[in-house]
Amino acid sequence: MENSVAIELKNITKTFGKIVANRNVSLDVRRGEILSILGENGSGKTTLMNMIAGIYYPDSGEIYIDGKEVVIRSPKDAFGYGIGMIHQHFKLVDVFTAAENIILGLNEKRKYKLSDVARRVSEIASRYGFELDPMKKIYEMSVSEKQTVEIIKVLYRGADILILDEPTAVLTPQETSKLFAVLRRMREDGKSIVIITHKLHEVLSLSDRVSVLRKGEYICTVDTCDATVSSLTEAMVGKKITLNIDRCDPVDPTDRLIIKDLECINREGTKILDDVSFTARSGEILGIAGIAGSGQRELLEAIAGLQHVESGQISYIDPSTGAEENLRDKTPIQIRQLGVRLSFVPEDRLGMGLVGNMDIVDNMMLRSYRKGNSAFLRRKEPRDLANEIIKSLEVVTPGPNTPVRRLSGGNVQKVLVGREIASTPTVLMAAYPVRGLDINSSYLIYNLLNEQKKNGVAVIFVGEDLDVLIELSDRILVIGSGRVTGLVDARNTTKEEIGLLMTKTPEIEQSENEGGEGE
Amino acid sequence: MIEFLAQSVRTGMTFLYGSTGETLTEKSGHLNLGLPGIMSAGAAFGCAVEYAYGSAVGKLYVNPFIAVILPIVVSFIGGMLMGLIYCFFTVTLHANQNVTGLILTTLGTGLTGYIISKTHSFAFAAKYFTKPLPFAKDLGWFGKLFLSYGILVYLALAIAIISSIILSKTRVGLNIRAVGENPATADAAGINVTRYRYITTMIGSGIAGIGGLCYIMDNLFGSWEYTIEAMGWLAIALVIFTVWKPNIGIFGSILFGMLYNASAYIKNISFAQTDLIEMLPYAVTIIVLIITSARKRRENQPPAHLGLSYFREDR
Repeated sequence: MENSVAIELKNITKTFGKIVANRNVSLDVRRGEILSILGENGSGKTTLMNMIAGIYYPDSGEIYIDGKEVVIRSPKDAFGYGIGMIHQHFKLVDVFTAAENIILGLNEKRKYKLSDVARRVSEIASRYGFELDPMKKIYEMSVSEKQTVEIIKVLYRGADILILDEPTAVLTPQETSKLFAVLRRMREDGKSIVIITHKLHEVLSLSDRVSVLRKGEYICTVDTCDATVSSLTEAMVGKKITLNIDRCDPVDPTDRLIIKDLECINREGTKILDDVSFTARSGEILGIAGIAGSGQRELLEAIAGLQHVESGQISYIDPSTGAEENLRDKTPIQIRQLGVRLSFVPEDRLGMGLVGNMDIVDNMMLRSYRKGNSAFLRRKEPRDLANEIIKSLEVVTPGPNTPVRRLSGGNVQKVLVGREIASTPTVLMAAYPVRGLDINSSYLIYNLLNEQKKNGVAVIFVGEDLDVLIELSDRILVIGSGRVTGLVDARNTTKEEIGLLMTKTPEIEQSENEGGEGE
Repeated sequence: MIEFLAQSVRTGMTFLYGSTGETLTEKSGHLNLGLPGIMSAGAAFGCAVEYAYGSAVGKLYVNPFIAVILPIVVSFIGGMLMGLIYCFFTVTLHANQNVTGLILTTLGTGLTGYIISKTHSFAFAAKYFTKPLPFAKDLGWFGKLFLSYGILVYLALAIAIISSIILSKTRVGLNIRAVGENPATADAAGINVTRYRYITTMIGSGIAGIGGLCYIMDNLFGSWEYTIEAMGWLAIALVIFTVWKPNIGIFGSILFGMLYNASAYIKNISFAQTDLIEMLPYAVTIIVLIITSARKRRENQPPAHLGLSYFREDR
């Protein structure tokens, strides 16, 4: 497959103040190929692509398109060259329909008529195998549908070079494979696709070539067929690292949290949790698997006292006294004082748990300010804690007094998870703690969870990556449409078995209601 | 009864100018609490020009056409200037929108007092403003209800309908709404957020400026009053009442007009009761606010970025 070069970057350098985001990067994108840009967080992948998309302007270096040197100063210029970028954070207007979002800002010569737009959108969608209702409002859509709108928006503008920034970070395995099928169809159509990612198995299954960046510098480009997980990791991290999760056997597990017949109803009045029962034991990691929006979030929130429980029981067994406590009647603060900790990493990382405009120290204090007796705040302990987290979790920040909002997504997450773990919990609930994190940080988090397990904490881990769930957990609870569809031993199970349980529809009248969970 | 309805339509149109202007402004993401001041200033500028014109040629010899068009244009420009000040502070200097708006209200009402004194009368011009359409007298209640108004009433209706069409049916309207809902998205889509906010807000303020003139010329038949400010606050309430839709504003404004005038047309009531009835527009707004937010229809909520400044560099 010898294809002509679509974009060529030569010696691109970009700095932000003192930080060098890209140094002398040169790489090329060919027509009709899928190129992966691989690198850890902060390796300059997104910055580099933003320069092609016209968001940033390089300090030095040249960009060639089809062999001609070009200047791209704005997204409009980029569209002029047929380049479109799908950002990690969707740029969509919530109260508009898909069609309205797609034509937003376009100066078409045609008459403004939404039904025509909708027809053309449907044409594009069916050509590549997307499913999309052009007249659906964005706020009624699931994450995957929103992403579809973004992709079609770019295609509608006639782009033939598509850049996708971490497109799978928020998708379920099923949605991911659907997206990949669509991307392959686009490649056959002659379009160039650049996908920014740090998920190795995606790189290997999807792309034709891989370009690796490390700390802002270009490392190498290899054909995917010549690459392996370990060779790519080495190129990405710069040293050989072992990607093994050290799973030890649970020591003396005793029941810590007993959930019985839990039932919750969401705001729309539909049952989001139905008849859920399970037990979490100390010194054990209980994995929870399920398609996004199957009730995982509500389950954890119900335990933490944040979600109203219709019926059922949540009992907590105090490790020191052995007494059974009913968590249902307790306030979130009382539940926290018992040592039940929730570290929930939502799609919007700053939405829950951290206050973006406050610095790391103050965010630490959000959990501890009640402990003080004096009328004034004591910042020493939280500052020590902040420094410790920054050091042990390798948080990249100018200092503990930087507003959390300024940190990159992965670092925000480290701060959040680090704080919850630091409070010596007896039950630790972590939902999607590695979402959007690079390999190194992910394994850091896994090891942290493992450490907690060794300390006799009952860990509940809601994860997306089934491979990791199987490797990390002791037992895996599978949830489908708000019901428990299975409880398996993680040591003797397969991805296929769990996948099957995930999609198993419970034998009730509740028809599969997908897409209702658009957050 | 017919008289009450007709008078309510007249009063309502003052609200309609204000609310249409404010709706446009808010759709672009600007919560302009300077509306009362802008309406006052619009009236003051328009009346000042009318006064100058009347003095120059003699009040009895004014050309009816010029006497009507000139103040309308000047009121519009006066409103736009106030809108320009607002935009300069909020868009260019990133000042807080609420504070800027309240400053404009103070400025507008103060300016008005400086320009016009209460002794001035514009009845010589108002008679042209309130000139009804032909046949109005021959058609009984129909004529009275639909044809008996002056030019400003029909202009208000036209502006409201045109604004409504622009907002919901055109590319420009889509862009305006995008700027108010999510300026970062609009920016990324290649829409010039700054330009859209400036132009929309200035045009909206201009329309509100005519509203002030409408109050003096049409409702008060040319006698000067300083109560325009109160009309402005009601117009802001009306924007919420109409859930940001100028076409609903037509009915909303007439309803507000009825509630506003009710106390004058109900006989044998005490002063206390009059005050209570005059409260009705506010009470109705609160009820509508409760109903619309309880129903949680996203379309009926204020623009998502209402009241927030937009900086491109801010993440």
